[in-house]
Amino acid sequence: MNFDLSEDQKLLVETVASFVKQKSPVSRMRGLRSDPVGYSPQVWRQMGQFGWLGAAFPEAVGGAGGGLVDAALILEQLGTTLVPEPVLPALVAGWALLRAGSAPQHRRFLAPMLAGESLLALAYAEPQSRHDLHDVETRAERRSGSYRLRGAKRFVLAGHAARAFVVSARSGGAPRARDGVSLFIVDRDTPGVGVQAVATMDGRRAAMLTLDCEVGADALLGQEGDGADALEEAVDVGATGACAEGVGITQTVLQMTLDYLRTREQFGVKIGTFQALQHRAVDMFVETELCKSTAIMASIKVSDHDPVQRQSAVSAAKVQLAVGGRLVTQQAIQLHGGIGITDEHDVGLYFKRMHILNSLYGDEEHHLARFAALPSFLDGVPAP
Amino acid sequence: MLCDVMDMTISPEHVQFREEVRAFIREAMPPHLREKAALDANFDMKEVMEWHRILDRKGWVAPHWPREYGGPGLDVTRRFILTEELELSGAPQLSPFGLAMVGPLLIQYGTEAQKKRFLPKILSGEEVWCQGYSEPNAGSDLASLRMRADDDGKGHFVVNGQKTWTTYAQYADWIFCLVRTDPKAKKQSGISFLLIDLKTPGITVKPFLTIGGTPAFCETFLDNVVVPKENLVGTLNGGWTMAKALLGHERTLIATVGQSARTIRRIKRIAGATRAGGRTLLDDPIFQGKIARLEIKLRALQMANYRAIAGAQLGQAPGPESSILKLRGSEILQQIYELAMEIMGLNSLSWFNEPGVVPESEQWVASAFNYLRATTIYGGSNEIQKNIIAKQILGLGS
Repeated sequence: MNFDLSEDQKLLVETVASFVKQKSPVSRMRGLRSDPVGYSPQVWRQMGQFGWLGAAFPEAVGGAGGGLVDAALILEQLGTTLVPEPVLPALVAGWALLRAGSAPQHRRFLAPMLAGESLLALAYAEPQSRHDLHDVETRAERRSGSYRLRGAKRFVLAGHAARAFVVSARSGGAPRARDGVSLFIVDRDTPGVGVQAVATMDGRRAAMLTLDCEVGADALLGQEGDGADALEEAVDVGATGACAEGVGITQTVLQMTLDYLRTREQFGVKIGTFQALQHRAVDMFVETELCKSTAIMASIKVSDHDPVQRQSAVSAAKVQLAVGGRLVTQQAIQLHGGIGITDEHDVGLYFKRMHILNSLYGDEEHHLARFAALPSFLDGVPAP
Repeated sequence: MLCDVMDMTISPEHVQFREEVRAFIREAMPPHLREKAALDANFDMKEVMEWHRILDRKGWVAPHWPREYGGPGLDVTRRFILTEELELSGAPQLSPFGLAMVGPLLIQYGTEAQKKRFLPKILSGEEVWCQGYSEPNAGSDLASLRMRADDDGKGHFVVNGQKTWTTYAQYADWIFCLVRTDPKAKKQSGISFLLIDLKTPGITVKPFLTIGGTPAFCETFLDNVVVPKENLVGTLNGGWTMAKALLGHERTLIATVGQSARTIRRIKRIAGATRAGGRTLLDDPIFQGKIARLEIKLRALQMANYRAIAGAQLGQAPGPESSILKLRGSEILQQIYELAMEIMGLNSLSWFNEPGVVPESEQWVASAFNYLRATTIYGGSNEIQKNIIAKQILGLGS
């Protein structure tokens, strides 16, 4: 066991941390809340040039050849000041494409995104699906040399600015079956693709998609009906990334709260001398450390070849993020008192982002149920 | 151990060591202990000491002791594996007062004569220890303790006072006590650390029942007990330093991750044997969720523990993650037993009945459910732990 970072990783963390502090304080994100794009395409390009967008991707597709631990380290730092560029949704969409796509598809769609020149978005959530990746009602019908896609996708993160979408669609199999889910890469400009930009609570943007379009056979990623593996893995990568970003948030709001407790005076003393508040701060500290511990575990195990190992670690981390992230951000507002309720104070921005991270890529109940349904749940249980 | 990337895998030598530990436990545990272990039954002191001697013969009774004092010289990871496997096996938990408390303290602060006199008999189990810290009016505020030790001018202390919560004093041969040697000094600075032979005239030990229905605790009275001065550990009036060092030794062992992991497996077994609504509770989504929630909490703690161990293996000072181990470990163990009681339903009503009233695997749960309320109190209550974390780690003043 070793959880120390390599020299390269330490350097990466330092570089991102210094960028975040100097170039992207929370005020930048605050300013972009009213911007229709919600992030800066220039900064996006820079991130591509720095190799951050491709950190976890193989060199063959234009990545930096690192691993998902690297991507998690970057996301953790970006979380500390709520950097608004859609790094997490791009990682998820890119991962689905990496896993399911062919070399020509990688060259055409993935490499430009990793270089910061374009953006992809994963369109999988539907009105009835909640967190079930196999509950796909969007249909894909094969024609000669093409596919007809019909359906609707909701809250496609970063979809408002995406050049293309990775879309899940049912090409066969029973409703909600794992089998028969296909993935397609769909250009935004395809006739019959409707993109409605919507705002999300954290000041970012997503899209509601309507699909009634024809795409070429070359839009299919991998084998027809065989997309579930890549989709599940990509969403697990997203959950892992959310945990990492969440660690950046919990650590930051814990620090903000401690600073406040050490300076704010009431009854003639610093409020941090009150035992009730000290114990609350310790609860926040404990949850922050546990979130950090499980996020590290997920960032390592998400690359495990055994899907059970991967899912078990990711689900555990996502549940811990839900429990811990909720406690830390809620109590951060509570301990700030009235100022914590104002839009002017940053703590509310972290609170909002944490809720979004907890809702994405499977929420608490989803991951709790998945954890209990894995074969590993019965490991070592003696027969009655 | 140093490698270029973060790595959760255990090295092949460590995997092999785990196998070795498992094989040893399988072979060395006598059948009558194994039967009780399988049921997570309570072991009596005779059985605890029997297992103590078996581990001593293997050289594993004090995993964290350095080799020169009879320890096995294991690295941090092996120590952790050994502790975890012993807990997972359901083997008797050894009395910690000698092995985990006074022993390491003597290794750190004792004189050569004290080490030679006491350490070998702690290892062999020939002398059993208990702890004389708390008093009726000195609990969390330990430094307000009043047991007096007066110099008789003839090379002895004369000790008077009362200790309480002296766990298993009725089975012990020796007690280590915090005593007041300078009544005029400020609270913490007038305290000394004394080793006292429980056979000395003037000592009365009165066991009493805990809420678990077991006689774990005692009141211990000392009335003009004469203790030779060579039984002072460290300097005169330097006992508070000893008290704090001893708590440090305790901390590495109190996450009880192995015990909690074992108990979660056990409640799954109970849930699998408990029927309701035409299925078992292990197939009931509500109970699955409750069990999964606790297992995930434990997994998070286990991972924090791994971080602490990996850091220690690399020779780093304990990080902030280690301070939460006692706090969380104690709560989780209580919550697991609470859930076990809930799953048992009406079986949880049964209290020390003859075998057969409830299934064997459920027979001992109620007692533990009660007694384990102590985990958030002993070793410094969780509220005291939070005070310490707030001041020492979070920098919140008093």
